[in-house]
Amino acid sequence: MMSKSNSSVRRAVQCALLSLAIFLFSGASDPSTRFKEIGHQLMCICSCGQILLECNHVGCPASDGMRNELLAAVTRGDSDSLVQQAFVQKYGPTVLAAPTNRGFDRTAWIFPFVAFAVGFVAVVLVVRAWKNRPTAAAAGGPPVAGADLDRFRRQADQETEL
Amino acid sequence: MAFLGNFALLLALALSVYSFGAGLLALLSPDDPKSQRLSETARRAGVVIFGGVLLASLALVISAFRDDFSIAYIFHHSNRDLPLPYKFATLWSGQEGSLLFWSLLLGGYGFVLRLRYKTDPRLFAYASIVLAAVQIFFLALVNFAANPFGLLEGPLRPDGSGLNPLLQYPEMVIHPPMLYLGYVGFTVPFAFALGALIMKYPGEKWIHITRRWTMVTWGFLTCGIFLGSHWAYSVLGWGGYWGWDPVENASLMPWLVGTAFLHSVMMQEKRGMLKVWNMWLVFACFWLAILGTFLTRSGIISSVHAFAQSSIGDWFAWFLGITFAVFVFFFLKNKEHLRSENKLEGMISRESSFLFNNLLFLLLTLDVLWGTWFPKISELVQGNKVTVGAPFYNRVAIPVALVLLLLTALGPLLAWRKTSFESLKRNFTWPTVAAAVVALFVMFTPASWGSIFGLRPWHDVSYFYSLMTIFLSALVAFTVASEFYRGGRVISEKSGQGMFASMVQLTHRNTRRYGGYVVHFGVVLVMIGFSGSALNQDKEAELGYGDHMQIGSYDLVCRSYTQDDNANQETEWALMDVYQNGKLLRTMTPQRIFYKASQQASTKPDIDQGFKEDLYLVYEGQNDKGQPVIKAHLNPMVIWIWIGAWVMIIGTGLALVEPAPAPVTVRVAKMIEQAAPVAGD
Repeated sequence: MMSKSNSSVRRAVQCALLSLAIFLFSGASDPSTRFKEIGHQLMCICSCGQILLECNHVGCPASDGMRNELLAAVTRGDSDSLVQQAFVQKYGPTVLAAPTNRGFDRTAWIFPFVAFAVGFVAVVLVVRAWKNRPTAAAAGGPPVAGADLDRFRRQADQETEL
Repeated sequence: MAFLGNFALLLALALSVYSFGAGLLALLSPDDPKSQRLSETARRAGVVIFGGVLLASLALVISAFRDDFSIAYIFHHSNRDLPLPYKFATLWSGQEGSLLFWSLLLGGYGFVLRLRYKTDPRLFAYASIVLAAVQIFFLALVNFAANPFGLLEGPLRPDGSGLNPLLQYPEMVIHPPMLYLGYVGFTVPFAFALGALIMKYPGEKWIHITRRWTMVTWGFLTCGIFLGSHWAYSVLGWGGYWGWDPVENASLMPWLVGTAFLHSVMMQEKRGMLKVWNMWLVFACFWLAILGTFLTRSGIISSVHAFAQSSIGDWFAWFLGITFAVFVFFFLKNKEHLRSENKLEGMISRESSFLFNNLLFLLLTLDVLWGTWFPKISELVQGNKVTVGAPFYNRVAIPVALVLLLLTALGPLLAWRKTSFESLKRNFTWPTVAAAVVALFVMFTPASWGSIFGLRPWHDVSYFYSLMTIFLSALVAFTVASEFYRGGRVISEKSGQGMFASMVQLTHRNTRRYGGYVVHFGVVLVMIGFSGSALNQDKEAELGYGDHMQIGSYDLVCRSYTQDDNANQETEWALMDVYQNGKLLRTMTPQRIFYKASQQASTKPDIDQGFKEDLYLVYEGQNDKGQPVIKAHLNPMVIWIWIGAWVMIIGTGLALVEPAPAPVTVRVAKMIEQAAPVAGD
């Protein structure tokens, strides 16, 4: 039998997830917001290399038509993926402004995060290894003078940055 | 002129070959009494290379001024009615000329380096050979593969094709030179690093020399990148300043690695650590600068900014391969020489913050490199190209940049060797509280106060990123301010001077450190400028006489539209009156220009810049009735990007100033002197 505290924790987690979902997806159904969002995920195909809604060059043969198609699809209530599929079918995969999350394209998204994880772990391991290196024994012996003293002065100067 | 230019180029190539060969011979036989004289002749030949390339460049510029269309390059990039400053800019406006310009700058850097050889003659001799080798490559290119003095085939034409309209803008006269000074400049640190590696240079002096050269180069590249952004914003008319185009990325990559190096070099200077890492960073800066040039010129990756596709891509591919092989060979041969102590005394320390800082800069570089090459990789693997545009970079790079900003705030508060948690808490608490207050103020103040206010993160993910940027930027600004304040207070208490005078003195005593903080402050302003992009608005309308359009709090009225004609161009424009709260603020004139020689059209936006927001109007064309189609953008905070860039440049200049001697050093030295006999007792 589930204890009362476990149930409360589960309810709190559900509440947090729901809040997050509301935060992430709020406004998604508003047509003008969707037009703007999807329009920024598509490229103009006139080879200007610009995002569809940012293409502005004089006499562009493509962007006006593409914007109208997008507006019509959003007004019809087509889902985001349906709109994107329709554009890909008509204009080819380069119409999408970023790689999809399918097939080989997925590696485009995975690589940066894998690189981050590997790099982070590597730096943590390096820091730990350097931290655990044995320290040289403190020198006793005669008073420091002459060249050694100059060297220590320089080192202190260099490392203290006063 | 073509003959003179070709002769000068051949002469410069011959001198480079001599400088390389004689310099190498002299270093291979150091015991031979003649080697010193041979080395001196190599150095002098190296100095004269600059004269040869300068002569060739002048020949090309004079040809442009004289409208010598018998030279193919001048025919393709100039015309009779082109204004004089743009005729001068012809030198770097096309493939062949820009390669000549690259050689000129490399010759200039070599000239300065070889004149300053007395700093360390042997190290400079090695660096001079490496520079000569790179110079041979570029001069071979302009002599044999991309000659700017090639003659036009067929009958002589009465006029040229003209300069690309997008390049006919004052900033384009200074943006490419700055960018090239940055790109080419990374050859000098690389030359010193490779020279030091080959000769197993004893001590850290080479890294001091390299660091200063890198800082100069980094400053030029920073300036070039921001000038390019400003040009894109002011000329291209899409309302943005960075499009993640491969050519833009090509300039960003060496800049990011250079920034990483400028941080990690401190580890080597102060603690003798990261010697291998720094060697690789210097190499990576140079290699990425050449890779960027390869990307721009080979046509391997499509970009709107790239030069025409040509065969010189193969030359660059070989050069990249050879430099990589040479570097790896000497690294493997002499890596034992780079062994360092690498002992950390505390997990929370300046050293570990620099390690993470380097990790993040390298990750950003890797992300940009990956995104730039992915279309090509995808084509090779699955047979079809994909686009990697702004949505990819924004999602991947923004979180890393935010963590980097956090480290920028944290780093200066950490001591070398070890920092106690208590000390960190003591120094970090009030800047965090102050930054949180700023973020809350921005979040809850009504949007009617200005476009940046009312950033509620639950409305949009981009608002969340913008708010985080503002919070972290404020945190960096407060930590930088606290560093100046604490240092200034110590001097003020000792000397009795006022706080401001003490802070000036503090900066003068340690220009590098406090110059660096000024650069950080510039970065803060730039980031605040970026954060405004989440709130950009735009609207488009076809406007007849007296028609209105509304954007933000502005009411735009089309007062009139007309056109003009001169020898170089035809211009159409609209006169737009801008009202706010019923009051006329100004009249703006967005234009569309048709360049006759090149038969190309271009827009010229009119931008009203303000500290809160820019009103940005674009004349997009005419509708069927001959009325102008106007697109209006409202871009908050953009001006802070340009102000921040200036602050970064000023900070870099400050960091390069020789510091004043610090009297405090004497106190530290005395303390050691007093402590020394005790230790021996």
